[in-house]
Amino acid sequence: MQDDVRPKLIGSRVQRLEDPRLLTGSGGFVDDIQLAHTLHIALVRSDHAHARILNVDVDAAGTLPGVVGIYTADDFSAKPLHATSRMKGYQSTAITALADGKVRFVGEGIAAVVAESRYVAEDAASLITIDYEPLPDLVDPRIAAASDVLLHESHDSNILVSRKFARGDVTEAFANASVRVKDSFRFHRKTPLAIENRSYLADFNKGKQALTLYSSTQVPGVIRDALAKVLAMPGHSVRVVAPDVGGGFGGKASLYPEEILVALLSRTLGHPVKWTSDRLEDLLTTSQAFDETIDAELAVDKDGRLLGLKAEILGDVGAYSIYPWTAALEPMQVAGFLPGPYQLANYQAEVVAVATNKTPAGPYRGVGRPAAAFVLERLIDMAALLLGLDPVEMRRRNLVQPDQFPYRTGSGIVWDQSGFTECLELACKGVNYPALQAERSAARRAGRWFGVGVASYAELTGIGSRMSAAPGMPINTGTETATVEIDASGAVRAAFGVASHGQGLETTLAQIVADELGVPLDSVQVIHGDSAAVTHSTGTYASRSAVLAGGAAHLSGQAVRAKVLEAAAFMLNTDTDALDIEDSIISERGTNKTLSLMEVGRAVYSEMGRFPLEMRAELDLRATKFYDPEFGTTTSATHIAAVEIDPETFIVTVKRFLVAEDCGRLINPMIVDGQVHGGIVQGIGAALYEEVVHDQNGQALSASLVDYLTPSAAETPKLEVLHLDTAALGTLGGYRGMGEGGTIGAPAAIANAITDALSHLNINISELPATPERIYRLVTQAIKGDT
Amino acid sequence: MIRKRAITVSVNGSAYARDVEPRRLLTDFLREDLGLTGTHIGCEHGVCGACSILLDGVSARACLCLAVQADGREITTVEGMGEIGRLSLLQEKFRKHHALQCGFCTPGMLATAHEILTDAAPLTDNEIREALSGNLCRCTGYEHIVRAVSEALNESLGGAAAGNSSDAG
Repeated sequence: MQDDVRPKLIGSRVQRLEDPRLLTGSGGFVDDIQLAHTLHIALVRSDHAHARILNVDVDAAGTLPGVVGIYTADDFSAKPLHATSRMKGYQSTAITALADGKVRFVGEGIAAVVAESRYVAEDAASLITIDYEPLPDLVDPRIAAASDVLLHESHDSNILVSRKFARGDVTEAFANASVRVKDSFRFHRKTPLAIENRSYLADFNKGKQALTLYSSTQVPGVIRDALAKVLAMPGHSVRVVAPDVGGGFGGKASLYPEEILVALLSRTLGHPVKWTSDRLEDLLTTSQAFDETIDAELAVDKDGRLLGLKAEILGDVGAYSIYPWTAALEPMQVAGFLPGPYQLANYQAEVVAVATNKTPAGPYRGVGRPAAAFVLERLIDMAALLLGLDPVEMRRRNLVQPDQFPYRTGSGIVWDQSGFTECLELACKGVNYPALQAERSAARRAGRWFGVGVASYAELTGIGSRMSAAPGMPINTGTETATVEIDASGAVRAAFGVASHGQGLETTLAQIVADELGVPLDSVQVIHGDSAAVTHSTGTYASRSAVLAGGAAHLSGQAVRAKVLEAAAFMLNTDTDALDIEDSIISERGTNKTLSLMEVGRAVYSEMGRFPLEMRAELDLRATKFYDPEFGTTTSATHIAAVEIDPETFIVTVKRFLVAEDCGRLINPMIVDGQVHGGIVQGIGAALYEEVVHDQNGQALSASLVDYLTPSAAETPKLEVLHLDTAALGTLGGYRGMGEGGTIGAPAAIANAITDALSHLNINISELPATPERIYRLVTQAIKGDT
Repeated sequence: MIRKRAITVSVNGSAYARDVEPRRLLTDFLREDLGLTGTHIGCEHGVCGACSILLDGVSARACLCLAVQADGREITTVEGMGEIGRLSLLQEKFRKHHALQCGFCTPGMLATAHEILTDAAPLTDNEIREALSGNLCRCTGYEHIVRAVSEALNESLGGAAAGNSSDAG
């Protein structure tokens, strides 16, 4: 972007380009794709958490009309995949299409019935009987960590990851402290719960010996590379397309056994093969997250300054180390982000990730940071209470100050310039903090259980190549590519490696390209979610796409603009410096000479003879550029919640929720607001309702949407969002990632607000979700303790 | 084999005569037999509301209906509510207020919102939230959906008050 040209689309609340099709039922989700002669899969899944498979009897099922075949692990010779890591002592697990000899969680696929319809496939699946030899169910990670019974027999123990790190002098910090606060915090397991269930359709073309997988995935590039390996096929013969995808939130950001299964079966059978999850399968098999117990202690001086932090993080990562992120992803991020946005020099943490007989854990919106913020923000409030300091003042004294950036945290993360203190002040102003405190006082005088909670956090987004999205992971997530091209008709196409699944990237990336080229928004077609569109891609996750793909869009757009101007300058017999492009018209300043983009396109491709021979080799109006932000950039926010608890039902109602955040320059403020809103409500769900529950045998008790509760509109308050809207210094375009932040701050703010509402009973919320039953137990105990 | 039954269903104004197994779900009938894939399946146990359609003008969960139950009845799916370039009032408001992200719950959300407009009673934002509580959305946090429905409702009521006789949506 030339400095003197003011962007028109970047920063505008333009309506989304993807909406007309999605509003009229004209979208194309994977399950909407109906290819001729498609075969359908129903899976027989384990109802044991841990067992050896002795026999699979398929005789009765196999004779059912319409059944094409029944497959178990024995029918496939493909080598298993492993999520590898450079992390010392890490133990990977074998990932296969179907359970090989033993099952390790309830819901693991054992046999696949292929039939002419899903109805017939399910009929046949119900006729299959499996003999099991039950093994001890390892459900509690503390027991699993010490057990001689191994989930994976080749392992030394069930501990997949174990790490310790320390910075500064924690012992001295604690010795010098005026106040020490500690607790054992529990963040219960969640499931991402996209409303679209996972769905895969593989189409093997025998003539071309090529496979197309339509997948409801966030990471088509990762899946393409993995399948090419499993199928032993060259990358150009494996194409993974993520068409319209109905939400992901991390749950669709990993490789799944069913993706391998449909690919293998389509190649074997020479037919398109489809599998679409039902909700029960989703709640049993889509990656889960946030399952940690964190014992943490904070040391604070008499003025409320944070001196030191100690933490032991126990992560329950389920039965497998998920591909490609590994079992280290979530618990290591908890440790990494635990020191928060504060000046805190002395920090030590121990991380243990343990395999259990549960659904594999994977990425979920916020990855580790919601639990980290919950723990630290609770500890800060606990210390503030002891010191008689207001929670806002406590944070004001400790946040990294504007003149302290870049700031290296106790875990080694470096915060670049970000509005930590500005967000705190903006949030207080936004809610009118003194008025909110007065409202609380009035409510309490009236006997109501009313509380206010504050939470500040920072996160690293748009991570570049110098860091890894998951520690030690060998795949490159730190660069992104864009190919921008103008074709012979003058139409603009921009292809990316990202995969939009609700983020509106078809619109925001078009805004950037359109501004760079000087064309109208709706003239830019954005291609995403297709591994064949670019040479390397991973997908959309980790709040990376606006920063990385946005940066690549700027670079490629600028390069194509230069090519257009060069061709036009020759055609108009002038200098490129004398030309502007606006609304697809190239004009020479001070004259009335103009050319349309269509005329330039036609000249370049169809009338190449107009240009001198030496210009022709480089004449095409096309550029591919990569963008690598190297480290990434810091997004920060303060959340303020007001809650009221019904003293009879113990139901928590969120009365008010406000976010003030710094996500850099906003490409489309309307879309940013929408992302923050969605994140907050997932955070409200995490704080109050959502919990995956297993019994002592590893059976999932929350296996329907009646049992796994997620907020509806009725439980959701009006949401207020304020932005700093100042460009980040370290990224092209000044953008920061913001897709996950809402979920990071909300559980902490609500936990603090509930604790505040229960302050007359001296109750600390150290376990989320804070369900009515949990609050009832805490209140009853507190009252008993008093009498 | 299960004996099929002949049914005739009116969908978005067109009559469809088909032979279906009695156990066939209405969602599968609409999506696979008629190719109307705008009706989405989210849970198949009647909680998420993604499959909501209008059955004789009233919102219903298509995943809890059998195709044979729709015999002789009138169905409106999202495909019958508006078209690209000719969006309905609700669809326009959803777009204006960014009331959809991934768009998967949107057809069901529109069916419920359509019923709110048909009922033509003025509602507060909290009442709109209550009325939408049978449709889960995991992306938007509902804020923009409430704004879109509220504005559409107010405009359609305002239109009626001004003597505009066109129906509410």
